[in-house]
Amino acid sequence: MALNIAYLAVIAALASAAVALGADFRRSGLARIAMFLLLGVSGVAATVAGGWALLENLKLTEQLALGLPWLHWHLRLDALSGFFFAVVGLLLVAVSLYGPAYVRELEGGKQPLAVLGLFTGLFAAGMLLVLLADDAFAFMVAWELMSVSSYFLVTHQHQNAPNRRAGFLYLLMAHVGALAILLGFGVLAGHGGNFTFDAMRAADLPPLWASIAFALAFFGFGMKAGLVPVHAWLPEAHPVAPSHISALMSGVMLKVAIYGFIRVSYDLIGDIQWQWGLAVLIVGTLSALLGVLYTLMQNDLKRLLAYSSVENIGIVFMGLGLSMIFLGTDHPVLGVIGLIAALYHVLNHAVFKGLLFLGAGAVQYRTHERDLERMGGLIHRMPATAALFLIGCVSIAALPPFNGFVSEWLTFQTALQTPKLESGVLRAILPIAAALLALTGALAAAAFVKVYGVAFLGKARERRAGHAREVPAGMLAGMGLLAVLCLVLGILPTTVIGVLENVPRLLLGQVPPSLTAHGWLWLTPVSAEVASYSAPLVLAAIAITFFVGRVLLRRKANPVRRGAPWDCGFGPLNARMQYTAAAFAQPIRRVFGPVWKVQEQVEVTHAEAPVTLVSGIRHQLHISDWSWFKLYEPIGRLVLAGARRIGRLHSGSIRTYLMYSFATLLLLLWIVT
Amino acid sequence: MSAVPEPAVAWLLAAVQTLLFIAAAPLLAGWVKRVKCHMQNRAAPALIQPYRDLAKLFGKDVVMAENASWLFRATPYVVFGAFVLAAAVVPLVAAHLPTAAIADMIVLVGFFALARFFLALAAMDIGTAFGGMGASREMTIASLAEPAMLMAVFTLAMIAATTNLSVVIEHNLHAGLVLRPSLLFALLALAMVAVAETGRIPVDNPATHLELTMIHEAMILEYSARHLALIEWASQIKLMIYAALIANIFWPWGIAEEFTVAALALGTVAISAKLALLAIVLVVWETVMAKMRLFRVPQFLGFAFLLALLGMLTHVILETGA
Amino acid sequence: MNLAQLTLYHQALLFAAALVLFTSFIMLATARIQPLIYAFAWQGTLLAVVTALVALVSDHPHLYISALLTFGLKALLIPWMLHRLALRLNIMHEIEQIAHPSIMLMAGAVLVIFSYYVATPIVHLSTLVTRNTIAVSMAVVLLGMLLMVSRRKAVAQVIGFMSIENGLFFAAVVATYGMPMIVEIGIAFDVLVAMVLFGVFFFQIRASIDSLDVDRLNRLSEKGE
Repeated sequence: MALNIAYLAVIAALASAAVALGADFRRSGLARIAMFLLLGVSGVAATVAGGWALLENLKLTEQLALGLPWLHWHLRLDALSGFFFAVVGLLLVAVSLYGPAYVRELEGGKQPLAVLGLFTGLFAAGMLLVLLADDAFAFMVAWELMSVSSYFLVTHQHQNAPNRRAGFLYLLMAHVGALAILLGFGVLAGHGGNFTFDAMRAADLPPLWASIAFALAFFGFGMKAGLVPVHAWLPEAHPVAPSHISALMSGVMLKVAIYGFIRVSYDLIGDIQWQWGLAVLIVGTLSALLGVLYTLMQNDLKRLLAYSSVENIGIVFMGLGLSMIFLGTDHPVLGVIGLIAALYHVLNHAVFKGLLFLGAGAVQYRTHERDLERMGGLIHRMPATAALFLIGCVSIAALPPFNGFVSEWLTFQTALQTPKLESGVLRAILPIAAALLALTGALAAAAFVKVYGVAFLGKARERRAGHAREVPAGMLAGMGLLAVLCLVLGILPTTVIGVLENVPRLLLGQVPPSLTAHGWLWLTPVSAEVASYSAPLVLAAIAITFFVGRVLLRRKANPVRRGAPWDCGFGPLNARMQYTAAAFAQPIRRVFGPVWKVQEQVEVTHAEAPVTLVSGIRHQLHISDWSWFKLYEPIGRLVLAGARRIGRLHSGSIRTYLMYSFATLLLLLWIVT
Repeated sequence: MSAVPEPAVAWLLAAVQTLLFIAAAPLLAGWVKRVKCHMQNRAAPALIQPYRDLAKLFGKDVVMAENASWLFRATPYVVFGAFVLAAAVVPLVAAHLPTAAIADMIVLVGFFALARFFLALAAMDIGTAFGGMGASREMTIASLAEPAMLMAVFTLAMIAATTNLSVVIEHNLHAGLVLRPSLLFALLALAMVAVAETGRIPVDNPATHLELTMIHEAMILEYSARHLALIEWASQIKLMIYAALIANIFWPWGIAEEFTVAALALGTVAISAKLALLAIVLVVWETVMAKMRLFRVPQFLGFAFLLALLGMLTHVILETGA
Repeated sequence: MNLAQLTLYHQALLFAAALVLFTSFIMLATARIQPLIYAFAWQGTLLAVVTALVALVSDHPHLYISALLTFGLKALLIPWMLHRLALRLNIMHEIEQIAHPSIMLMAGAVLVIFSYYVATPIVHLSTLVTRNTIAVSMAVVLLGMLLMVSRRKAVAQVIGFMSIENGLFFAAVVATYGMPMIVEIGIAFDVLVAMVLFGVFFFQIRASIDSLDVDRLNRLSEKGE
């Protein structure tokens, strides 16, 4: 039954793609609504099917008569895929609420709406199929469907050259990653006998081959997930897609890559070695830290959010790395806590990043701006959007009692269980990773103070920001759903974890009783003595102080008077005197200087009469990612040089080509004999 | 755990302790100011001057900047709420109170971050350069202080095998006289972080209103009347929280473990004496130090982080061994 | 190993060892010459304390002599000579620009973990009560080298060199309860002679290149400038 609902989700997504083809004909409004309605149906069905499989810990398998003659498609829905199914479903629901109003703007534009709708549906179907696949062939087909359809979404506004470039980069890197994944499956299938996941699960790999398979999977899925240093495509590709697609890409497509990683390393390979965990932890920590540092320096709202995805994926992989270290050193209980922390962060990031991208879309919808320096004061013009966006910011900055905090807290708690490890060096390294996570969290808070403070607070920096209006109710509903989820996931962690525990139960066969042992009110990762956190009480206490304070103080008070702010006595302040986004990040830029490639130019022009008087200052700041200059460009040059060498073979003369064929033939004949 | 009390009594005591904490915070601030004046040969204000200031502020009418939104009005209450909650979690007179289980040391850091986040947003809400400047500096310093603070917390957590404050304190109380280099390093690191986080010299000067050097004051420049009172009170609570944390974790002697009148009285006397002494140390420190440039602060906090890291490493290398 | 079960002297030994490590970090973080010399003197003092405590804990009376020798030489005599030298060269208050001070400190912390990693097999073999401090002594050696690598002023480099010697002596004390007396006295005199030579050398360098910045010695290479 649950599997049938899952099929319904896929079919509804495909139907949405089909319906979208009609969107550019007459009565396009109908097609637009039908397309998002079907996407919504798909989302609801995916949530129900996934939630069901997760709650009941189902393990449903089926073979469909599709695919290769000797390898029918094996499909499977279990707790792990169910969890990710539900995550995708939730975001699809939010997007389908948000979409109809949002794409109205694109109607009649240069880009056909039909293309957008078609590939959105295919993209959703591709993601859902990846989660359902139970053999390598079906997995790769679905994976390619997901990658290729998202390529068309990235290049949707292909009139701009940067978008085409971003799309090409995305496609290239997606395929390098896919190649690694394919090779990884090849190693597993070689030992398992065939391409079904069941055979791979049953295969007994020698440690060396297991490590090779793991390394390939880590590289391939890590590339798709956007880990440093193979993250460069992500901040290029995610921002240029329409915002609801960005929300899907950042919110759930990266999660599908994490799903693949968990599926291959925990489930298919099985015997986890702690060295893998250490590698994952180090890469995850680097991604988290560099991701947030790059986040801080961005002034393009959507690019900033994309970099922040790198950071959050890093946090997820930190949790996974800790979990693998503990599993590899025979501490299954702690391994489970790490895995749950990672899964919880997957869910949280999907929700708040989805919310923030939709919020960025709402801002763009009304102001046509992505540059923070041209926004400001939107809290007055778009109060509901501002309130919802604030919830997203508080959640992503990992502040209690919202959801981001819970998963980071769990990751901290996992890292703090190091005294139980045998190796002293690991005992010393794990707390350092945790401290870097603390740095990441604090910098993320700074980054989102910057985003919210510059975009929504203060005064409007440009006319368009000053004339913005609130967005339509449908868009607010999409964001509102996710905002409510942020709060619910934050204050009821114990309930959520009670459900999530089915994933480790499936993968590792056991769960610790302690996490939820003290009822819904108390979250106790190891035991009540070691650490406890009660989010409902935190919320209640803050709310009580808030309202008691307000009631006591406001009762007899006179109404608030308004006055001009302090201007040092120099006359009226204007919007240009505010701190800019670049200025806000300047101290951090100075402190962590070498992390970025910073090109800064200040030109001061002096007035003519008193030369000491400055008449104008021009400040140019260009901050770029070192990985371009240190990693991609050298590789690019290498590939080009290699291609040029090979290019010399192409003389253009047909007789030369015939000679190549002749020589090959002779060589082959020689080898055969 | 020894002598687990009746839940109702325990919750009542926890509430009383929290109220005591909030009520005593201005007193500590007054004491610091008084000792400082004495040390610098100035006429000292009365010990209860902070209460008078608060009362005066609560009585005034609010004037708010033209551009301020609802966020600006809500922030003082959020900030105050976060610090009251933090105060409820920190053991002052007695350990083992049920409120200590609501949040551990990591969540405590989270409360501080919550308050700071909203304060920085409120600063940017008005749309003046001062607000942005204060917010930017505060977030920079905080983002460097937080890892140092958590590293020190991790060292404590590894020694006591818990992040629960009550259990840490109890562990240190019953450990007897053990020379732990890790505790010394953690103490120094925590003290440096406390100085930075509570905006004391050499990181920030609580008394300055010089535009270019202020950090915390720049953020709250536009607040007035009851809003300002709440924020001032909250920062006094913050100072008290750090002082109580340092006092009770590193010198837990005297804290009440049983809920008898004698034990509680002893606990009250003990914490008062400890806080009074710590305040004197703070004053001496503030008097001999000069305020440092903003871009020296990262080095200051980097050193704090290093101390905390050394604490953790010496714990791993020397105290537990291979 | 449970710290609380050890004797108080033993705890004090570990405590002093941690402080020796700390002084190495202080030296790494200090930009001015005068505090650098003081930090070096403190390291010598703490090293003498460690040696005396090892003598007490392990019941090796000859280490008391080593402790006295260390105190006299490394806490008093060499710092005094350095101090006098710095006064005469008039560089007491010079501030050296350290490129990335925080990165340097973090690199130092990484070195501590590395030496812990390297020392672990030795520690497992050893049965001495001081075995846990072997990693720390190794870290002091490595930190001394880091100090030499990261500084440009000749005086700071000499202090780094002396600090390496401190680390080696520390390692000898905690890993094997000291070297034979005659070797120790020999090394002590070697260090002293080295110090005297460095003193002469400084004046020579300054006379010939007008600076104590060792980067300026690059000019001596054949490429020239």
